[in-house]
Amino acid sequence: MVTLLNIIIDGLLTGGIYSVIAMGFGLQYGVARVLNVSHGEFIMLGAFATWSLYIAFGINPLVSLVICGPVLIIIGFLIHRTLFTRIRTSSESLAAVEGNSLLASFGLLFIIQNIALLIWGPFIRGLTFLTYSVHFGGTAFGANRLITPLVAVVISLAFYLFLARARLGKAIRAAAQDPAVAGLMGVNINRVLALCFGLGVLMAGLAGSLISITYTITPTMGFEYTAIAFIVVVLGGLGNIAGSFIGGFILGLIGSIVTYFEPGLALIAYYVIFMLLLMVRPTGILGK
Amino acid sequence: MNIARVTSKRPFFLGLLCLILILLSTLPVYGPGYTVVLLTSILLYVILTLSWTIFSGPSGYISLASAAFFGAGMYTSAILGKTLPLPVIIGIGGLAGFLLALLAGALTLRLRGMYFIMFTFGLSQLVQHVVLWWEAHIGGTIGRFVILIDVTTVYYAMLVIFVMALLTAYFIRRSRLGLALQSIGENEEAAAHSGVNVTLVKVITFAISAFFMGAAGAIMATRWTYIDPSIAFNVLYSFMPVLMAIFGGMGQFYGPIIGAAIFAYLEEVLITRFPYYYMLLFGIILVVVILYLPNGFVGLVQKWWKGGLAGQHANTRR
Repeated sequence: MVTLLNIIIDGLLTGGIYSVIAMGFGLQYGVARVLNVSHGEFIMLGAFATWSLYIAFGINPLVSLVICGPVLIIIGFLIHRTLFTRIRTSSESLAAVEGNSLLASFGLLFIIQNIALLIWGPFIRGLTFLTYSVHFGGTAFGANRLITPLVAVVISLAFYLFLARARLGKAIRAAAQDPAVAGLMGVNINRVLALCFGLGVLMAGLAGSLISITYTITPTMGFEYTAIAFIVVVLGGLGNIAGSFIGGFILGLIGSIVTYFEPGLALIAYYVIFMLLLMVRPTGILGK
Repeated sequence: MNIARVTSKRPFFLGLLCLILILLSTLPVYGPGYTVVLLTSILLYVILTLSWTIFSGPSGYISLASAAFFGAGMYTSAILGKTLPLPVIIGIGGLAGFLLALLAGALTLRLRGMYFIMFTFGLSQLVQHVVLWWEAHIGGTIGRFVILIDVTTVYYAMLVIFVMALLTAYFIRRSRLGLALQSIGENEEAAAHSGVNVTLVKVITFAISAFFMGAAGAIMATRWTYIDPSIAFNVLYSFMPVLMAIFGGMGQFYGPIIGAAIFAYLEEVLITRFPYYYMLLFGIILVVVILYLPNGFVGLVQKWWKGGLAGQHANTRR
């Protein structure tokens, strides 16, 4: 019974991070039509920014979430305006936009990863933050790990309210449905898409901050998280933000169950699920 | 795709091609050892790109599974290297790629566009992790040593695979199969209604293109002498052929070949000159190519050649 509780809590804790990662990734694909292979690199940037602020100035990682946020949105916004807006306007078809954006983001992956390698070196880093353990029903978890799903839920709620209530959120939803018509209705489409990309980068950075307080980090860690984002987004349905949120927790649970039986098989299980879903139900678990 | 225009210049290109092949095949006799090694890596990229283009060029299906087929070839060579003669190993390596692609192709019939891209990406990752797990838990070791073969033999094997891939690509392009594939790229429903067996055409060409990737992997493993799953199934080998094909320009038959050759040479120069900044520069080049060379290098040259008849190649890429 305690083991079961252990597995479930462990899965939900990991799932919280997966959710945040996947929501940003899903937003970038669902609205801005960029399948951002460099998503993991922004996670890495967020993680290293948090780590550097903590080491250099002793800034609390939860405070650096607030500091890094605006910077990351601006970085994402500018990248989209300089790179992806041009691709979007110069390609003839949607398929060409998606293909070219995918490849451009692959170039971006190399650029960001190698700049990070030049700045921080190829070392494995980590920081100690809230490492005392919390006991619950016979199980014990580090307090740093417990923070992550809480922050994840707060971020997701804020994001949901923004999309549902704010004027800009409505513009984003309109752009997701039909960019051309949204443009005709007076939505500044280039700005909205760039903002979406920026919000995706923000989510990646926040996830990175959360990762840095629980796991070790390296400049080359990005791609494994990108792969996770791929899987969760397909699990929840491509372009379905709520699906990504739920999918993250489901994948976290699957991961902790498989890890309990055979630790080496978790990633294989992820990919098998990913490919089975693509074959049987490409619209995802929440899809129509 | 302007087949008619290519055929009108055929004698010229055929002569040029023969000349290049003769130069390449006699190179180890008079060229320095380094050139042979360099050309082997260039040929590897050319083969990967060319075989990727066989399927993905006309059909418009972007495959990111190249690493899986390439790695399958490498592992064939690592497992069988000590027991069988080289041509047999290369053949089996190619067959491994072929069968994997046949299986993957049969499974992905329903998927199009982004879903196909994601599936093929997942495939190469899955194969990598399965091999990693297998090696760690059942095989006992992560990496494998491959028997070393001298540089000239590797070079000639690579050249033979290249010529075979070139001939296959050419004849597929000129055959009914190529025409069917092209019509799938234009409009899959229309192709199906005109009596093209869409499924069969896609799966067969996908598998044929994977054969050459597997064969190239089998021979390349003997050059690298040590492989493990993260080397053999490196995600770079999935993205590289796509980028090189786009860099060269997919509108012309020789575009991807030229693109791969230039790119591979560029990589070699960057690695030796700027070992620390190499990947950074590489990323910047990628982004610039995607942004400013939508029709690729060959498209750019043609544009200059013809004095800016820009509209002519507007539809070479989907």
